[in-house]
Amino acid sequence: MNNTTAIAPILKIKDLRKSFGDNHVLNGFTMNLHKGENLVIMGKSGSGKSVMIKCLVGLMEPDSGYIEIMGKDISKLKRNQLDKLRTEIGFLFQGSALYDSMTVRENLEFPQRKHQKKFGDKEKLVLKALDSVGLADAIDLMPEELSGGMKRRVALARAIILNPKIIIYDEPTTGLDPITAKEIIELMRKIQKDYGSSSLIITHDVDCSRVISNRMILLIDGINYAEGTFKELSSSKDKKIQAFFK
Amino acid sequence: MIKSVQIPGKIKAFLIEIGELSYFAGRFFKEAFSRPFEFKELLRQCYNVGNRSLLLVGVTGFILGLVFTLQSRPTLMEFGAESWMPSMVSISIVREIGPMIIALICAGRISSGIGAELGSMRVTEQIDAMEVSGTNPFKYLIVTRIMATTLMVPLLIIFGDAIALYGSAIVENLKGDVSYQLYFNKAFNALKFSDVIPATIKSFFFGFAIGLVGAFKGYNCKKGTVGVGEASNSAVVYTSMLLFVIDFIAVFLADIFFEI
Repeated sequence: MNNTTAIAPILKIKDLRKSFGDNHVLNGFTMNLHKGENLVIMGKSGSGKSVMIKCLVGLMEPDSGYIEIMGKDISKLKRNQLDKLRTEIGFLFQGSALYDSMTVRENLEFPQRKHQKKFGDKEKLVLKALDSVGLADAIDLMPEELSGGMKRRVALARAIILNPKIIIYDEPTTGLDPITAKEIIELMRKIQKDYGSSSLIITHDVDCSRVISNRMILLIDGINYAEGTFKELSSSKDKKIQAFFK
Repeated sequence: MIKSVQIPGKIKAFLIEIGELSYFAGRFFKEAFSRPFEFKELLRQCYNVGNRSLLLVGVTGFILGLVFTLQSRPTLMEFGAESWMPSMVSISIVREIGPMIIALICAGRISSGIGAELGSMRVTEQIDAMEVSGTNPFKYLIVTRIMATTLMVPLLIIFGDAIALYGSAIVENLKGDVSYQLYFNKAFNALKFSDVIPATIKSFFFGFAIGLVGAFKGYNCKKGTVGVGEASNSAVVYTSMLLFVIDFIAVFLADIFFEI
C-alpha cells in the first residue's frame, strides 16, 4: 500500500450519499486524499464521479455524508468562508469551461478579482501560470481562437493561478487526441512537482491513471469498490475491476 | 372528510415555475443591495443592452410613427380632423404603443439574448467555474443584467418614442404640408404629466421583466444545447406574456391614480 496513508488527509469524504429521484448515484462513498498525493478515481460513465466532485466543491448538496477539506467541514461553512476555501482548490473542468466573452488574460485574472490583496500582482501571476502551461503567447487571444488542447492548457493555468493546495481534474484528457492527451498528462505531472499540490483526478483513461496515479479508487455502484496502486488493481482477479483495464 | 384535489400536470408545472421565478426575483433584490457591487460589469451590460439595441429600436420607432400616421390619416381626413393628428399620435405613442412595441422588440432582442448567453454558459460549466473560483455568479451575471435592462429599456423607449414622432412628423410634412415646428408644438402641447409619468414608470417594470425572465430561463437552463434553444425561446414567450400583464396592471393603476 501507499505510504501517504500514514499522513493526515487534506481531504476527507465519509459515507457520501446522493440520489436523483429513484436513481441512487452515491451510496456511501468514502475516501481520503493526502498531501502531495495523486489520487485517481475511475468509474464508468454515470457512476457518480462528477456528482461526487460537485458535492466536494459545494456545487451540489449531498443527501447525507461528511466532507472535510483541510480540516473544515464544508457543510458548516458560510458562503464567504466557502469562497475563501475555494481559493485553495483548483478545478479543471471536463470541457475547459473558459469564459467565452473574455480573453485568456481576463480568464486568468477572473479568479483573482476578490483575492487581489492576498495574491498580489495580477499580471505577474497570469504570466507565471501561462508560462507553466507553455502558452504565454496566447495571453490576448479569445477562447474561440484556441484549439482543444490549448483550451485545456489555459483552463489548467486558470486552475493553478491561485497556487491551490488541491487540484481537481474532471476527465482531463477526454476529447483530446492521444498526443495532446499525453502532453496534458505530462503537464499535470510537472504542475504537481512545481506547485507541490495534491491532485484528485477523475478519469476513465487507463493510460492517464497508469502514468499519474499514486493510488486509485474504483467507483462502482456508488461506493468505493476497490482501492490500491495501479499495479495492484490492474492485476486483480475481480471481474468488475478487470473490466476497467481491458 | 377532506377530498384531495388533483392539479393537472401542466398547471402544476406552471405554478411551480411562477414560484421559482418569484424566488429568483427575491434573490435578485437580496443580492442587488449587498456588497460587493459589480459596477464595471454593470456598465458593460448597459452598453450591451442599450447601445447595441439602438439601431433596432430606432428603425422600429421610425416605421411605427410613419405607418401609424399614414394609416390614420384617411380616417381623420374623412371627419376633417387631420389637424388632430399630432396630438393623437403623440398621446397614443407615448402612452401605450411606443412602450409596448419597443418592449416587445426588446424582449425578442435582449431577453432571448440573455437566455441564450446564460444558458450556454450553464451547459458549458462556465457558471460552475465562476462559482468554484469564489465569485458569486448570481451577483456577477444575473444582478448586472437585470439592472442593466431595468435602466436601459426606459431610455430605449424614450428614444423609440422620439423617433416615432419624428417619423410621423415627416409624413405630416410631406402629405399635409405641416411644418415640423407646428407638428411638434401640437404634439407636445397635447401631452400631460398623466400621459408621461405612468408610461415612464411602467417602462422600468418592462425592463425589469425583460431582464428577469431572460436571466431566469438562462440560469436554470438544462438539457444541453437543446436546453439553450428552449431557454432562449421560452424567455421571449414568457417575457411577452408578462409585458402584457404588466401593461394591464399599469393601465388599471394609472386609471385610478391619474384619471386618464
